[in-house]
Amino acid sequence: MYVGLVVVFPGFVFTAFIGLLSSWFDRKLSARLQWRVGPPWYQGFADVAKLLGKETVLPQGSSRMTFLGAPYVGFAAVIVVATIVWMASIRPDSGFVGDLIVVLYLLYVPSLALIVGGSASRNPFAALGASREMKLMLAYEVSFLLAVFTLLVKNGGIVSLGGMVAYQQAGGAMLSQGISCIIAFIVTLIYVPAKLAMGPFDIPEAECELIAGPYTEYSGAPLAVFKLTKAMLLCVLPVLVITLFATTAWSPWAILWYVLFLVVLVLIKNTNPRLRIDQALRFFWGPVLVLSVVGIVLATLGL
Amino acid sequence: MEDNKKPLSKLSRWGLKKSPWAFHLNTGSCNNCDIEILDALTPKYDLERFGIILIGSPRHADVLLVTGIVTMQTMPRVLNVYEQIARPCLVVAVGACACSGGIFDGSYHMVGPIDKIIPVDVYIPGCPPRPEAIIDGVVKGLAKL
Repeated sequence: MYVGLVVVFPGFVFTAFIGLLSSWFDRKLSARLQWRVGPPWYQGFADVAKLLGKETVLPQGSSRMTFLGAPYVGFAAVIVVATIVWMASIRPDSGFVGDLIVVLYLLYVPSLALIVGGSASRNPFAALGASREMKLMLAYEVSFLLAVFTLLVKNGGIVSLGGMVAYQQAGGAMLSQGISCIIAFIVTLIYVPAKLAMGPFDIPEAECELIAGPYTEYSGAPLAVFKLTKAMLLCVLPVLVITLFATTAWSPWAILWYVLFLVVLVLIKNTNPRLRIDQALRFFWGPVLVLSVVGIVLATLGL
Repeated sequence: MEDNKKPLSKLSRWGLKKSPWAFHLNTGSCNNCDIEILDALTPKYDLERFGIILIGSPRHADVLLVTGIVTMQTMPRVLNVYEQIARPCLVVAVGACACSGGIFDGSYHMVGPIDKIIPVDVYIPGCPPRPEAIIDGVVKGLAKL
């Protein structure tokens, strides 16, 4: 039964399906914003199907184990995160104590896998992309953790996702519980595009400077796995945010929330030019950090 | 270099036809064909409808768009890029120069045309070819795969 939960629903197959559809939604909406027609709905599936069939080239002098293994490590972590988050939001009693902490840790892993894979591929562009990814990670994680901490202060220290859902079912969505939660939500809204390396924060894979960043040397199945990981993150992160902030239960309203969240992400992406890595660091360690600290202070004051 | 056509499963072949990623390589052209390739990617023609996007890394490429006569300087780089591409891939010669040498045929610095260096699947003549012709050529080439 647990295998089914992880592999089919709500783990791998379901999340990958929603994620690839979401990545199409991203591309389609971006196209419409640029007065284009955009790709058909199966575009994400076609990309992955093609990459799975293509040759995998191993660059000369790269570390074989690390280069080929890294994508799968990140992939496995996202599958586990997807399973935990979906299960907690569908059946709040099925979680375990502290699963939020596990989720937060596992969300590091795809970024780490990208850093390791990029560094192992013996390509200056990939190495530069990996180093930028690392700096970006150092930038956004603190603010996001403080935003989550605000919620913990607010709900009296419930660290399980299921518990947080149950808490919101009893007392209303987190977003409606005061200004500190709204601040935490804004910080999270800034964190999500940085985590996904999209929008103004696509610094690691800046295609006009770094070719494809850490992905540069990847081809064939490992690249497909990376694309799939990214698509699944595009599904998991909004679901996590909705679970943390706005869920009272998974209903048609939650699906509306999800689509709305994606629309906001795509709008941010299409209306903001890419930041330099130093600008991004300054942005996250300056205004965003101050905002999240203000959120925590307000939460301790009970606002 | 004859392993250009790697056998593909049905699913992957469908994927390849629905999402051909193009890599653009200039081997010493006058930039006219290159501008037409960029024209084909503008919102007016909107190649993303067919899943075609321009990518920066030859490792991700399915379609190699070559423009220009191959000059002595670019020849080793052409070979280098061609060898970096993950198979299967489609090589498309864009423009009169890439097809036959065009007005530069017989020049002292010319090694090409491109089919002397690497196997070419599709020839798109024209100086420069219209974006419609480039799209048509790539589509016909994909049907061959």
